[in-house]
Amino acid sequence: MPVIDLNIVPVRKLNAALHALLPNTNETDWEILNPEGRHAIAVGLDAPITVKIAGHAGYYCGGMNAQATILVDGNVGQGVGENMMSGEIRVAGDASQSAGATGRGGLLIIDGNASARCGISMKGIDIVVKGSIGHMSAFMAQAGNLVVLGDAGEALGDSIYEAKLFVRGKVKSLGADCIQKELTPEDEAVLASLLARAGLTDVSPKAFRLYGSARRLYNFHVDNVDAY
Amino acid sequence: MCGIVGLFLKNPSLEPKLGAMLSDMLAVMCDRGPDSAGFAIYGRGDEDHLKLTLRSTIAGSLDSLADELAAATAAPIKSERRDTHLVISFPRDCEHEVRAWLARERPDVSVVAAGTRMEMYKEVGLPPDVAARFRLNEMQGTHGIGHTRMATESAVTTKGAHPFSTGVDECLVHNGSLSNHNGLRRRLRREGLDFATENDTEVAAGYLTWRMRQGDSLKQALQASLNDLDGFYTFVVGSESGFAVLRDPISCKPAVMAETDDYVAFGSEYRVLAGLPGIEKARVFEPEPAHVYAWERG
Repeated sequence: MPVIDLNIVPVRKLNAALHALLPNTNETDWEILNPEGRHAIAVGLDAPITVKIAGHAGYYCGGMNAQATILVDGNVGQGVGENMMSGEIRVAGDASQSAGATGRGGLLIIDGNASARCGISMKGIDIVVKGSIGHMSAFMAQAGNLVVLGDAGEALGDSIYEAKLFVRGKVKSLGADCIQKELTPEDEAVLASLLARAGLTDVSPKAFRLYGSARRLYNFHVDNVDAY
Repeated sequence: MCGIVGLFLKNPSLEPKLGAMLSDMLAVMCDRGPDSAGFAIYGRGDEDHLKLTLRSTIAGSLDSLADELAAATAAPIKSERRDTHLVISFPRDCEHEVRAWLARERPDVSVVAAGTRMEMYKEVGLPPDVAARFRLNEMQGTHGIGHTRMATESAVTTKGAHPFSTGVDECLVHNGSLSNHNGLRRRLRREGLDFATENDTEVAAGYLTWRMRQGDSLKQALQASLNDLDGFYTFVVGSESGFAVLRDPISCKPAVMAETDDYVAFGSEYRVLAGLPGIEKARVFEPEPAHVYAWERG
């Protein structure tokens, strides 16, 4: 198992080594030591490998990830899993702003809290936050599921297109065109499956409220002509 | 961009290392602000004496300043030179006389800051070079804050470098930019405050000084600033007894904090904190937007 100490090897060299892996590589387990908040660790991976990061990572950790499983034993800075395509990222601590921003697929699990703009412009990614999320989360969300066990900050789901926002705690306020919706059996099934994948076997899907788009911002409406 | 660092020691045994710790933190923030750097250190001092940190634009002007000042005023002046800055210390009741002499005899000299314990140093250049020029690594104290600047709102000059100080033992560093600083500066000038630059951060510092003059605590003054300052900002404010942190309501600018039994530390990014002793076990957290955090010495 390759063990990379970032106090010795530059991040750029680490990422180049990870990018060079072929889809059928046998080097499937990597461990990164001393991340010390460095940015862009394990960005752009495209192989079915597991990367363990022993400590706090900086900005854009696991950005654009495809296929890989990335486990962070600490906090992450802004933009963890930004534009993730597939695979899985698990953060044992807290995530800073814009976690999972623009993500198109895969699963991002944050054991702690995520701050502002979690899931901003998400386009198919699934995000499970075991703590709370900050303001303007799921802004302009287009597809995917955001599951929050704690509370959500101001303006949740502002200008949301589609995407399902499941919140168990309190929502400080909803953004423009975001409304509470009925939790159908189909929604419950999706939620139950995500909770199971996040290892949350003792959490009932029924304890969540579902938020989504009222679809009033989709098209031009003549009543709004004065706004233009 | 811009980078901010702050360190508040709870454990007095770390005080001899304050400067060394802060110097390492400042160097990490070089890539967030390579234009200029500055820092304020709360070191030795007492209520009966005042320290002025002075800087001159004329080479050699500071060389004999302390001797000439002592001869002219008969005040017991102590001084310490650090590169382009000179710190003079004297009994507080001589302040008027000292300031009058400086204004009359040394128009080239600007007062960077005044404090019973605070000294302030700032200069244009890469942060590690600035820290080395002022020998930050050998400074001692209870707390300090520092800043690395990537200039946006005003020119790259020593005067435009942070921290800014507009009151005794008060200083402010800022990451962000304010959009209503011109109007607010006019208002504060009418209230009798002086501003040395066109810089937005100096206005924020002046605003806090003005509020505290009206009787606000530091915490109250910061709370009020949420209504009166428009723009984006992460502030770290130093006072004689401690430091405070405030982020704007939409938290445009980054901030990470770490707390242990020995210290409270602030950094624009976690990288700043990574080298601190016992960081593995520290409580590391991101300050909430629009929430005033303050730590005071017991």
